[in-house]
Amino acid sequence: MTTDANTYAMDEAVGETRLDRGTQGVLGKPLNRYEGALKVSGRAPYAYEHLAGEDVAYGFMVTAGIGRAKIRSVDTSKAEAAPGVLTVISGDDVLRASALPMAPAAQTIDGEVFHYGQPLALVVAETFEAARHAATLVETLYEPGQGRYSLRDQLDEAVNPGPGAMQPDNLRGEFEAVFAEAEVQFDETYTTPSHSAAAMEPHASVAKWDGDNLTVWSSCQLLETNVIQIANGVGVPVENVRLLSPYVGGGFGSKLGIGPDAVLAALGAKAAGKPVKVALSRQHVFQTTSRRSETIQRVRIGTTKEGRITALAHENFVVNSTGNSFFEPVAISTVFLYAGENRKITHRLAETDVLMTASVRAPGEAVGMLSLESAMDELAIRLDLDPIEFRKLNEPEVAPQDDLPFSSRKLLQCYEEGASRFGWQNRPEKPASRREGEWWIGSGMAAASRSHQLMKSSAEVELAPDGRATVRTAMTDIGTGSYTILQQITAEMLGLPPGHVTVLLGDTALPPSSGSGGSWGANSAGSSVYLACEDLVRELAKRLDVDPSDLTLKDGQAIAGNRQIPLGEILGGETLTGRGTIEPGKTAETTNQASYGAHFCEVAVNAVTGETRVRRLLTVAAAGRILNEKTATSQCYGGQIWGIGSALEEELVIDPRTGLLVNHDLAEYHVPVNADVPQLEVVFLEERDTAASLLAGKGLGELALAGVGAAITNAIYNACGVRVRDYPATLDKVLAGLPDA
Amino acid sequence: MITLTVNDTVHELDLDPRTSLLDALRDHLALTGTKKGCDHGQCGACTVLVNGRRINSCLTLAIMHEGDAVTTIEGLGTPEALHPMQASFLDHDGFQCGYCTPGQIVSALGMLDEFRAGWPSHVSESLDGGTELSDEEISERMSGNICRCSAYPNIVHAIRAARDERADKGESEERT
Repeated sequence: MTTDANTYAMDEAVGETRLDRGTQGVLGKPLNRYEGALKVSGRAPYAYEHLAGEDVAYGFMVTAGIGRAKIRSVDTSKAEAAPGVLTVISGDDVLRASALPMAPAAQTIDGEVFHYGQPLALVVAETFEAARHAATLVETLYEPGQGRYSLRDQLDEAVNPGPGAMQPDNLRGEFEAVFAEAEVQFDETYTTPSHSAAAMEPHASVAKWDGDNLTVWSSCQLLETNVIQIANGVGVPVENVRLLSPYVGGGFGSKLGIGPDAVLAALGAKAAGKPVKVALSRQHVFQTTSRRSETIQRVRIGTTKEGRITALAHENFVVNSTGNSFFEPVAISTVFLYAGENRKITHRLAETDVLMTASVRAPGEAVGMLSLESAMDELAIRLDLDPIEFRKLNEPEVAPQDDLPFSSRKLLQCYEEGASRFGWQNRPEKPASRREGEWWIGSGMAAASRSHQLMKSSAEVELAPDGRATVRTAMTDIGTGSYTILQQITAEMLGLPPGHVTVLLGDTALPPSSGSGGSWGANSAGSSVYLACEDLVRELAKRLDVDPSDLTLKDGQAIAGNRQIPLGEILGGETLTGRGTIEPGKTAETTNQASYGAHFCEVAVNAVTGETRVRRLLTVAAAGRILNEKTATSQCYGGQIWGIGSALEEELVIDPRTGLLVNHDLAEYHVPVNADVPQLEVVFLEERDTAASLLAGKGLGELALAGVGAAITNAIYNACGVRVRDYPATLDKVLAGLPDA
Repeated sequence: MITLTVNDTVHELDLDPRTSLLDALRDHLALTGTKKGCDHGQCGACTVLVNGRRINSCLTLAIMHEGDAVTTIEGLGTPEALHPMQASFLDHDGFQCGYCTPGQIVSALGMLDEFRAGWPSHVSESLDGGTELSDEEISERMSGNICRCSAYPNIVHAIRAARDERADKGESEERT
């Protein structure tokens, strides 16, 4: 039998739930990853690896070697005549780059080159080697255009982009007048470079036609919108397309929209008459998917001489390519992090002829808090205040932009716990005052915050006659632990050993899901699974003629009153299916919801070379209920290390003459490696946020990145007195300001 | 035709001479556990053992390995019977998305053999052996394997635990 659909809008705080009873005792526990044995043994198939051993063809992309042009001709004749080549796909419908997240379709090239490295064609051949070679035989003639490649040159043309992840402007009071009269005035400009998500699995797709029906295995984060983007790109009804992404080798935002591979693989498979595999090369990933915008950020803060903020401004310039209105929401946390009655937050979007910009892990905070949290440190020093005391002095009671209450906020506790664990009171008081051999030693801290979002998501949970459960939802696991936490939620709700729960994800044949992005996945998909389980609990209670609240489920047994009955006995050979859909509701409008944390860092800066080594890094986080201590800790390690990358290493360099993304591979775009990372510490504070989700949890994956980079550059200042405001803090920038010996 | 010995199984293959060892494994032998992350020897996801030594399989042609013994992640253990290093990565959460993981695990085994053979690293105190396998040594020697999820701290824990467990059992130092 099947119970009715069960939709719940998050209109009010939930109060205590079955999860709080902890009867089965598995939620939150550090269970190993559900799919872990498959991954460590090489048996989890990622997109490209489907149809292994079958008769398939291989595609290789042809890309543009010019920054801006009209395409006069694309001559594919030599490529088509090359050995092993089956077909060449070219024309106006080739995708320019990735689709913007949640857009109905990706942009097409329409006879133009919009950025250096843009896709032009796909060569399909019997082997990968033949396709790759023939791709070099495609001859393109261009009518060169005038390209715009530098944000700095386009500031006069920058516009208000309209609402995106946030309102571009958040104004309150009289910022300019109050700042002009402030007893202490701080005014500095920070710059951050473009970043690449650089997930380890390059974007890849396998496409297979069966008549008019198309199956695509692709590396995607948001299947519900990705399948629409594929259907529109290929020109078929969405009902004819099935998209599968059971394992995704990292996303970090770069797979929120489809890459150019998915549509090309489908068009190629149609033309070749057999399934086609397309994996982007690493160079293609850098040049044809998406990237994070470079930013120019001016921070102005006016305070009293005691250090109370009276005026706060964070004004930002960011870029995107023609026709893309997405803007990096740089100051998304500045809106609510610190008090101050007079506020001015703005975002202006300029246009350049460079690869489109889109979300990269923690869009907004990842770069916005590099400047805000550096500014808070600089100002604290100027005020002769401890940076923690300065922040405490400006802790708001309600959200300072709109006076909404915080649903939960343990920021002060994060400071206290972190300071105590780190030994903050022992830090060097003055820059360049602690030396070990040829290294200057210093410490820095920063606050972390990340807005919480809940998204619509559906799931069904089946309870079989043998008492085992199966979870079904088109959610993805991009390394975040979705499989594992959904297993744990189901096991906790239904009182089952975790090994009795099967989880099926990553397939548009399953109930539609929020997918993975914006740190919303665990709580959105998890709440839908919670509802589906609740649906089952109601049915079980009905069959036992008890109130659901009087029914205890543990170890496959139902316990009600003085009875204890195996689930299989209640089911009597039947299979039950529970369904659940969560939707965001009024709590998102009546409360300000965010996760919080604090980072503490110790660095050593080489007095001779200017090299910075991170020696210790501690993050204390409060993000509501932690669903799996092990996977949550790992996600935070990831965030911390991305913070190290943004502070010290990562910079996607744009050639101002040609628009080429110069360092478009993993040798030249420096992401942190093992030797860059010390042993890290992550501490979670106990917290429940019952307005945030049915699980009382908040987003976590991006929180641990927000602010880390500033903790590092603040520590560099404390170590050697050099303040870097032009990220990343590479050796050349530090070296220039080092004190004598 | 060439003969490739992979995980103790002999395969006869008719390959385009341009085929890398990595693509031979993935596209021609359906051994997709070995991953392609960059195809340029920059990320380490394609690490396999050739005659016991770790190499980037993307940087070598398949036809160069006639008669060599190639070991891939699939040759170490199965989901039901994991190799101790695989089990240690699982227990210590030495991965997230899992894409670089086969390369990390195979690389870790090759790295421990190099260490036992006395090979120094950039951070070794001495070039003549006698170095302790510190966390710093493990990190340095594993830095050819990039993990963008950044599971590095747990990768170090996993390798250390697997190595300590083997030392406790007094197992042979010869082969992993």
